Amino acid sequence: MQRLQRVRSGRVVAGVAVGVAEHLGVPVLWVRAVFAALAGLGGAGVLAYGLLWAFLPEGPGSGQPPNPKDHQQALGLAALGVGLALASTALGTSWSSWITAPLGVALVGAAVVWREADETQRQRWRSGAGAVVFGGGRIAVLRVLAGAGLVVAGTAIFLLGQINLGQVQFGLLAVLATLVGVAVLTVPWWLRLMRALGEERRARIRTTERAEIAAHLHDSVLQTLALIQQQPDSSREVRRLARGQERQLRSWLYGPQGYGRTGRDAAAPPQLSEALSAAAGEVEDIYAVSVQAVVVGDCPADEAMSPLVQATREAIVNAAKHAGVSEISVYAEVEPAQVTVFVRDRGSGFDPDAVGDDRHGLADSIHGRMERNGGSVRLRTSPGEGTEVQLIMPRPKPGEDEPS
Amino acid sequence: MTEPEPIGVFLVDDHALFRSGVRAELERAGSAAGAGRTVSVVGEAGSVREAVAGIGHLRPDVVLLDVHMPDGGGAEVLRKTHTDWPDVVFLALSVSDAAEDVIAVIRAGARGYVTKTISGHELVDAVRRVQTGDPVFSPRLAGFVLDAFAQRPGTGAVGDPELDLLTPRERDVLRLLARGYAYKEIGSELFISVKTVETHASSVLRKTQLSNRYELSRWASDRRLV
Repeated sequence: MQRLQRVRSGRVVAGVAVGVAEHLGVPVLWVRAVFAALAGLGGAGVLAYGLLWAFLPEGPGSGQPPNPKDHQQALGLAALGVGLALASTALGTSWSSWITAPLGVALVGAAVVWREADETQRQRWRSGAGAVVFGGGRIAVLRVLAGAGLVVAGTAIFLLGQINLGQVQFGLLAVLATLVGVAVLTVPWWLRLMRALGEERRARIRTTERAEIAAHLHDSVLQTLALIQQQPDSSREVRRLARGQERQLRSWLYGPQGYGRTGRDAAAPPQLSEALSAAAGEVEDIYAVSVQAVVVGDCPADEAMSPLVQATREAIVNAAKHAGVSEISVYAEVEPAQVTVFVRDRGSGFDPDAVGDDRHGLADSIHGRMERNGGSVRLRTSPGEGTEVQLIMPRPKPGEDEPS
Repeated sequence: MTEPEPIGVFLVDDHALFRSGVRAELERAGSAAGAGRTVSVVGEAGSVREAVAGIGHLRPDVVLLDVHMPDGGGAEVLRKTHTDWPDVVFLALSVSDAAEDVIAVIRAGARGYVTKTISGHELVDAVRRVQTGDPVFSPRLAGFVLDAFAQRPGTGAVGDPELDLLTPRERDVLRLLARGYAYKEIGSELFISVKTVETHASSVLRKTQLSNRYELSRWASDRRLV
């Protein structure tokens, strides 16, 4: 649809009528006739034409050259309009102003509705202009009759008032009745307008949402893909980037405060499963290994559990550093009385007795830490058989397992 | 000795890129002779409708099924094909990791679940195992099932003990599966034969599929483990 504008091609005076006609999709003759008719009402048509001339931007229009017949008609109508305007002012404004004012208000209202509506809405209105007022069965007919009745009544009362030397109450009553009538007549228009606004609001929310997702994907996934393209030869680095990105995206989608969750308490205390996953993720990032963490049951990752999480992390680090394999399994089971964690690899294994005294990882970070906090460690390994570290931590208040 | 027929595998995943990746992996790792029957991809589908038509037409031995797809996902494919072609074995393959999705596909009839990060060699191994009727419990699936059958305060009442409870032995087997043990390793750990391990695993799978335990359905709907 053509934007509302003054056109250069095909114009007779300033191109306003042609522009309006192209915008509304009606013959230009009708528009000119309406302007001429309005000019008869106290010069309103002339005023409207002038205002549109002043405020509309100029545009090229659809490019049809004016044909002579149109031109003559237009000049005729323009002359007629000016004549009517002069005549009406000469006759005095008393009889025309009461039509002009409400009509002007109604036209301005319609113009506002028209401007608010979007493209498809206008299309619908144009194709069903009759249906807007007259469609919709008996209720609609009643509505139209009531509205029209009120308008007529208002007008009649106003006329009566004019004749009876214009009592103020009569005037107010008339204006009120007319307004109510117009309101009743235009109810569906307003409803549609509101609906259109609601739809627009929803669309805006969707757009914001989409922009947020796009921004997140850009910051994370696209950056990672770019990094991967820069170092395609280092499979270790590529794997590290891919794992890290996968974990990040996963927590964004499914994590406790994640995008895919609804109605979750954002301030909920971290759970043991999250703490273990985070520890596993850190090691994955640093040592470019893949850590498969499975947690059965869950409990808050409080003070009592933090030595367990740290010892688990240390055990995973050991496996990543010494086992010589790229995959490590972590299994944690939360029971009412205790939490058990297994860290297992199928790597080279070692002889526990042959570990030198200068190696503190297992002795201090795992054994020491667990035993200081009431836990215990079991180690199962032998050269060539892989390693499994079992960490057991009793829970402080047995039986207070949250139902999950 | 005649060459055994290759295991016909049908891929269902809405990502064409992923399908071609799995196809390449399977053909690379699955054509190696010696380890068992070879594996060949007989067809693939990118949607539920295509999958139902393709499975009915091609009658593959094993269907590798994506859990997450438009129009209902893997569970929908299972519902539409499983009763008509009970011989076709389904193995769920997914990045989802959301417990309720995985459990839903298992309950719909899949014989196992592996994550998409599985290596080609392990995938071929899993295909061979489900084809012979063994369930395939990845550590994650074992964890989900353990969680689903856990006895916790607030858990619904046990209706049918035969279906709603795991035996201590089954629980042991599941724990070891969750710890990343292979069937053979579980056997030597528990001093039982591999065959017995398989029996326990099958029984756990059957319970997961058939138990109407309140906990299973409720858990599956309101919990997402990652």
